[in-house]
Amino acid sequence: MPKPHGGKLIDRHIKKESLDTNGLCEFEIDTNLAEDVVNIANGVFSPLEGFLCNNDLENVVTEKRLANDTPWTIPILLDFDKNDLKEIKEGDSILLTNKENGVRALLDIDEIYTYDKKTLAQEIYRTKETSHPGVANVYNMKQLLAGGKISLLASKPRKFDEYNLTPKETRILFKEKGWQEIVAFQTRNPPHIGHEYVQKTALTFVDGLFINPIIGKKKSGDFKDEVILSSYDTLMKHYYLKDRAVMSILRTSMKYAGPREAIHHAIMRKNFGCTHFIVGRDHAGVGDYYGPYDAHEIFSEFPDLRIIPVFFRSFSRCTKCGGVVNDKICPHDQKYHINFSGKKIRELLRNGETPLEDMMRKEVAETILKFDQPFVE
Amino acid sequence: MTRVKNEKKFTTISIPTPLAEKIKKRIKGTGFTSLSSYATYVLREILSGMEEETGEAFTKEDEEKVKERLRALGYLD
Repeated sequence: MPKPHGGKLIDRHIKKESLDTNGLCEFEIDTNLAEDVVNIANGVFSPLEGFLCNNDLENVVTEKRLANDTPWTIPILLDFDKNDLKEIKEGDSILLTNKENGVRALLDIDEIYTYDKKTLAQEIYRTKETSHPGVANVYNMKQLLAGGKISLLASKPRKFDEYNLTPKETRILFKEKGWQEIVAFQTRNPPHIGHEYVQKTALTFVDGLFINPIIGKKKSGDFKDEVILSSYDTLMKHYYLKDRAVMSILRTSMKYAGPREAIHHAIMRKNFGCTHFIVGRDHAGVGDYYGPYDAHEIFSEFPDLRIIPVFFRSFSRCTKCGGVVNDKICPHDQKYHINFSGKKIRELLRNGETPLEDMMRKEVAETILKFDQPFVE
Repeated sequence: MTRVKNEKKFTTISIPTPLAEKIKKRIKGTGFTSLSSYATYVLREILSGMEEETGEAFTKEDEEKVKERLRALGYLD
């Protein structure tokens, strides 16, 4: 099993009783930031112990690495306005809170600093266009950043906790299962036949498959979280060996940063104990901002990542071959190919129709159709 | 974060001239733009490969607690 990124699995949980938080300034953070806090505390973002300070941010933006040369591509930042924290200065501690998650965390502020939104957007997302959702988020950020270590005091139970494993838990799980090599698959959708093909192809060469759907904020028209989880439960029950595949969720927001985010996704899965990470076509992309294989190419900049990317190109069903193929293995003309169109599958399901079994397992489609409203409104 | 890139912290190392010449030939037509970028790449690769694998630092008590949860959730039999 690989060492966690940076060499050590971070644990920033602290017992509330051991700390006096009376009199500390409280700052309510949004749900995305609260999820960042929990991910830092659980070691998902190892080696980060808190929000980035200026030196690290500079290096992440320009070099795709923390100041100590560890690969890191997506800045984890805490933004605020002067009015939010009037009396606070560097060296102070504040209490970060979030009602929805019940998060209460201590932040020891090492640094308060300004940043340039345009530079941040251009370097991370390769564009300054506000039509890019990641760029829009950057422009909506507040004017100041606070860097420093966090300590998580409390968080409350949440929906889907039964699917939620920390890196410590997955590492122990993989060890108990006797898996040495584990391939991670990230998803935001119910599985179609193409996904199954990718997962099983990768699994053929390793010991175990770790299916890791991203759960959280969604846009209208996306599948609901419970639909994604139920459909995977069904697929795994009928078509996977119990001792070869597990699923747990990852609560984090999508940044749509394409290649940079592919590296970030790989780092998180390395922290979960995975040795391999599946990277598809236009991974974490949006619109036409990135080339279809930019997220593959960026891995060549990181000889020290210590998780093996498994690259998949686009795939389809070939009626001549009688199976799922990709452009490296099938000699037949495009007219014999049926593409796995997520849009088409969604359209059929929206109309209450079952997609062809060439596209989606019957059991999976039936599971989705049992939901009155499988899509986010 | 400032608009202008901060002065980077680089250092110089010496390698034999014939080796440097070999590297210059080797990186022609590749994505490496300089001897330094090639040396950085190779050193990062070698150093990270020297990291020891596995050896988790979980206590027995920790591990048992986790296994209990994994069993309760159906991840382990």
